[in-house]
Amino acid sequence: MSSSSRNSCRRSSPALALLLLLGLGCARGERGSVVEFWALGREGEHVRALVPAFEARHPGVTVRVQQIPWSAAHEKLLTAFVGDALPDVIQLGNTWIPEFAALGALEPLEPWLAKTPGLDMRDFFAGVLDAAVIDGATLALPWYADTRLLFYRSDWFAPGLPGTWAAWLAEAERVQARLGPGQHALLLPLGEWEVPVILALQHGAELLRDGGSRGNFASPAFRASFAFYLSLFERGLAPQTGVAQLANLHQDFAGGAFGALVTGPWNLREFAARLPAAMQAKWSTAPLPAALGVGPGVSLAGGASLALVARSERKEAAWAWMAFLAGPAQQAEFHRLSGDLPARRSAWDDAALAAPRVAAFRTQLAHAVATPKLPEWERIASRIAWHAEAAVREGRDLDAVLAALDRDADQVLEKRRWLLSKRAGPP
Amino acid sequence: MKRRWLSALTLGALVALAVFSLAPLLWMVSVSLMPAGEATAAPPRLLPSAPTLAHYEALFSRLPLARAFANSLLLASAATALGLLTNSAAGYAFAKLRFRGRDALSRALLAALVIPGQVAMLPLFLLVKELGLVNTYAGVLVPSLASIFGIFLVRQYVLAIPDALLDAARLDGAGELRVFTAVVLPLCRPVLVTLGTFTFLGAWNDFLWPLVVLSDEALQPLPVALASLLGEHAPDVEILMAGSVLTVLPVVVLFVALQRHYLRGILAGSLRG
Amino acid sequence: MAALEARGSPLDERTQRAGLCFAAPALAAIAVFFVLPVAAALLLSLTDFDIYAVADPASLRFVGLANYARLLADPSFWNALGNTLYFAAVGGTLSVAASLGGALLLEAPLARARGFFRTVYFLPVVTTLVAVAIVWRFLYHPRIGLLNRALDALGLPAVDWLGDPAWAMPAIIGLAVWKNFGWNLVIFAAGLQAIPAQLYEAARLDGASGWQQLRHVTLPMLLPTTSFVVLMTAIGSLQLFAEPYVMTQGGPGDATRSLVLLMYEQGFRWWNLGFAAAIAFVLFAIVAAATWVGRRVFAVERTV
Repeated sequence: MSSSSRNSCRRSSPALALLLLLGLGCARGERGSVVEFWALGREGEHVRALVPAFEARHPGVTVRVQQIPWSAAHEKLLTAFVGDALPDVIQLGNTWIPEFAALGALEPLEPWLAKTPGLDMRDFFAGVLDAAVIDGATLALPWYADTRLLFYRSDWFAPGLPGTWAAWLAEAERVQARLGPGQHALLLPLGEWEVPVILALQHGAELLRDGGSRGNFASPAFRASFAFYLSLFERGLAPQTGVAQLANLHQDFAGGAFGALVTGPWNLREFAARLPAAMQAKWSTAPLPAALGVGPGVSLAGGASLALVARSERKEAAWAWMAFLAGPAQQAEFHRLSGDLPARRSAWDDAALAAPRVAAFRTQLAHAVATPKLPEWERIASRIAWHAEAAVREGRDLDAVLAALDRDADQVLEKRRWLLSKRAGPP
Repeated sequence: MKRRWLSALTLGALVALAVFSLAPLLWMVSVSLMPAGEATAAPPRLLPSAPTLAHYEALFSRLPLARAFANSLLLASAATALGLLTNSAAGYAFAKLRFRGRDALSRALLAALVIPGQVAMLPLFLLVKELGLVNTYAGVLVPSLASIFGIFLVRQYVLAIPDALLDAARLDGAGELRVFTAVVLPLCRPVLVTLGTFTFLGAWNDFLWPLVVLSDEALQPLPVALASLLGEHAPDVEILMAGSVLTVLPVVVLFVALQRHYLRGILAGSLRG
Repeated sequence: MAALEARGSPLDERTQRAGLCFAAPALAAIAVFFVLPVAAALLLSLTDFDIYAVADPASLRFVGLANYARLLADPSFWNALGNTLYFAAVGGTLSVAASLGGALLLEAPLARARGFFRTVYFLPVVTTLVAVAIVWRFLYHPRIGLLNRALDALGLPAVDWLGDPAWAMPAIIGLAVWKNFGWNLVIFAAGLQAIPAQLYEAARLDGASGWQQLRHVTLPMLLPTTSFVVLMTAIGSLQLFAEPYVMTQGGPGDATRSLVLLMYEQGFRWWNLGFAAAIAFVLFAIVAAATWVGRRVFAVERTV
């Protein structure tokens, strides 16, 4: 090679060197004992207030909180896992725990729990804790709890609602009879899966069969619950309003468009903030009625948990932070900051959680059950919502709908079936 | 008379279009200066009652936008420098240096222009991960190392340089590198400014790739930081507008200063078609 | 070719090597960071790469065209395709028409301060899309947005621009038309400038009115430019992503979920990479088809 072309070849090496420098110099390196924590949504802001107390208790450890908006959370977490860029502790929605468990991203917590005798796992609500236990291993520590129950107008429905659906519906029919056109006793937005699934759980239905590898939606229990769900619309107790058409829920509630809805704890603060003063004394909460037996009925155990990332290099410090947040005093404090419900029973003894509207959640959480713990659950849930909406709006034949739902679920679970047959146990 | 009336009408229409183009941007600036909560108040305000820089201060102190601004500056500058190096060299080679397979490669590159960038994105992320460049500046810069558009922009321009100039330099004993640096590059200054402006603007405004590659908020450029800000502070209009102003102002200034070159680049690209 | 570069001469060999060396960095970057991933995407689309494969590569299966078959049977794909085509057709047409109108206005003999107006019209183009999408999100706000306040002032009912499935895509089209107005305008303006004045003279002498001049001189002469603009706008529209990502996240319902947004969600949110790669290649096929059709219809020749 002549010298000039060798020179021109060497021209590109400064560019490569620059590239390498940027890559190496700016890659994440060791930073001493700094615990990196990703919090989702507004919780990120609120949890920052708890950091000073933790750092005072653990000198030499700093906590760096990064706030990730909920809308981008799932993809950021997964992309970070693939890119090996996860922090030390992550907040996970409970329905995401099975997915991250399947990835092997989470550190089993049993050894750490053994080292922390002060942390009594029985103090957590059973349903909420169950969501964090996959195949017998505890993979996350419940942080705050979430469930669904009835918010209703106490000027339409008498307080102290009956504990069974049969009795409750009789009451609802009486209310509906007094209402005008465009008004309904109940609001069950179409396009949400929570209510059909809650009703199924209340009827004792197993949503999936064969080790969670096939849909079980044609079973008698699910069929009964789905028929019951559809009947609420057919009887005119609930309007055919989709989630996308809810312009202003609180305005509609105050204006008398509906008298009750099944929703979660965030609406405690929302109702208090957004309803007009005249309405403030006229709403209340109550645990769900039961479909079988006497009340309260079962609801979903949701919420968020804290997980220790398996590839973290600062597990001692990370676990200290997690255990700190799980302490009853911190749980109560976090409730005061954020309005989120504590996942620990003993934290509920705090005065802030004594109000009757909040206390209904305590009762409900004691009767809360986790959704099927599979990575594919959210996709199946969205199919349930889709079919439920189609069935309500188009009045389709019940068995045809359930068969279609089974087909969809089977298709979503196809890979899981294949993996299960390939290996000894579930992935 | 009719002519004057038509003239006024034309001017009026031009001004109306200008208002259409500028109104959202002017509103953005106005709201960014409003006291908190004023933008959502009941009687609508177009102008701030008491202009304040409080939101800009908040962006730099409480929120990490100063860091994001620095990241954007670093990434856009690096992308421009790297892009100019590789694209100018390749453009010159395609124009003036006959090498084996040049024409076939040229046709292949033109054909590749049709492929949307998003097709490559997913496997590119996996590749970047294998190289250990996820969550690094280098990972963000990887797709902008070379651009087919840039190569052809330079090539088009260099084609017009007379071969005689290059041959004269060679006869004087200059090596190929010297021919490039001493003869070609100085003549290419206009197209280099155009390409540089294009690359800088494109890199500054890049959103999807940095969103995917960077998980650490300390490394994120302005568009990604702004989207995060939106996720967390959706009701705080004034702060979001301040963030938007911060993101938009540098490129607007750069464009106004270098518009001649930038527009020339667009036209060069279009005239090829 | 200069005598200095006669084939086989030492100088020719030198320029050969120099050419390869100069082009090598760019070509290497394009090969490694573009061509290779595109080829990999094609391969990925033939597998069932998903979250399980991320954890355990052994669970990857070659499934041939199953992803494509699944795509064609998936209502969410057809919805995304429909949304994208709706955006490209309506938004693209509006955008081209508006820019052409603006260019005609700017290049009209009676226009003044052309340079100033051109700069102003071009400003939205260089702004960061995320930043202006946030601004427009607030302009579209049902209660406090300027648009609804204007409607209110005119006595018209308020529209929930981003919350009503019927209005969400038009709202996004509005943003896109506003943002790209200047880009196409500049190209059209250059095309208009290139039309020889004699043609207009001749038409005027023949007694042609303004409208007739437009139809018989301007538009035919502008055809190459128009075809280029239409093609580029169409291809750009098919890649719709950032506007729905920032403003509506594909909502309300699925009204603004575009193909690239669907691909992003499947790929990066759920890590169904096989499925997402199939979407990407379908998009590529559509873009390639549009380019091919565009070239045939307008007979634009590309010279290498």
